[in-house]
Amino acid sequence: MKEYVSGLNREFESRVRLGIMSILMVNDRAEFKTLKELLALTDGNLASHLTALEKAHYIKVKKQFVDRKPNTTYSATAQGRRAFTEHLNLLEKFLKSNKQ
Amino acid sequence: MNEKDHLNTLSDIRSLMERSSRFLPLSGMSGIFIGLYALAGAWFTAWYLREHFSGTGSSEPAAAGAPPESLLAPTGMIVLVAFLVLSLSLLTAYYFTRRRAVKEGLALWDASARRMLLNLCIPLAAGGLYCLALWKHQHPELLAPAMLLFYGLALLHAAKYTYNDLRFLGLAEMMLGLLASFLTEYGLTFWALGFGLLHILYGITMYYKYER
Repeated sequence: MKEYVSGLNREFESRVRLGIMSILMVNDRAEFKTLKELLALTDGNLASHLTALEKAHYIKVKKQFVDRKPNTTYSATAQGRRAFTEHLNLLEKFLKSNKQ
Repeated sequence: MNEKDHLNTLSDIRSLMERSSRFLPLSGMSGIFIGLYALAGAWFTAWYLREHFSGTGSSEPAAAGAPPESLLAPTGMIVLVAFLVLSLSLLTAYYFTRRRAVKEGLALWDASARRMLLNLCIPLAAGGLYCLALWKHQHPELLAPAMLLFYGLALLHAAKYTYNDLRFLGLAEMMLGLLASFLTEYGLTFWALGFGLLHILYGITMYYKYER
């Protein structure tokens, strides 16, 4: 049982990061504002978690101008999707092994 | 982290996936009302047609090859009724959906709402234009089946962005539309079943499943 827990991805220790990845798994891309509203976070808090995920190459950032306003959208990378799925599989294993 | 934390994490993930990709405040209550409007509209149309065009000798309009003039003529009143039913339905859907969004603290107009509406409206707009073409080419007997078919397709498509249950309503509407395409003399009956009865049944089901 112990090894499952230690195998859990460090990048996903924070629930906010798991939350961001959850949203990006089911949406092609999401705006900063959308993420902020769904996760009920402050700008600064969300930005720091996004930066961490970007550094881990789990998400991609796209900055562009829409109607002359800056617009930032985020999407999950293949690597991020893989890491997230593995993390969920480990959680599942852990829960199953606890039940027995 | 213990087991309870992990379970909480999983339910968080599930909820975020659902809230971010599906439009959830859609209300079943509005379905019940929309169905009632449709039934009233269909009943009035049937009465109106019988009242004004039963004496012309073409009581079996679809049986004749070309549609008789009488079916194209009474447009004014029927178009007005159809428009009234549509406007009332849209207003009711908006009212109940807004009420539910406020009550449950969900966003009424966010990315998921826009995506659901856009995906609903694309097949609907194509269907609306197609109905105009049917009208222009004098096939009023195919209007009810076309409306049911395109509406069914639109629901089937939009279901991916809201409750999955909508898929079954879409499939049922499509089946009625196909039946109506062959049994054109019962067009109005099928229309009433699809837009009236099915909406009411769907509305009640959704209300008991998600809103109580």
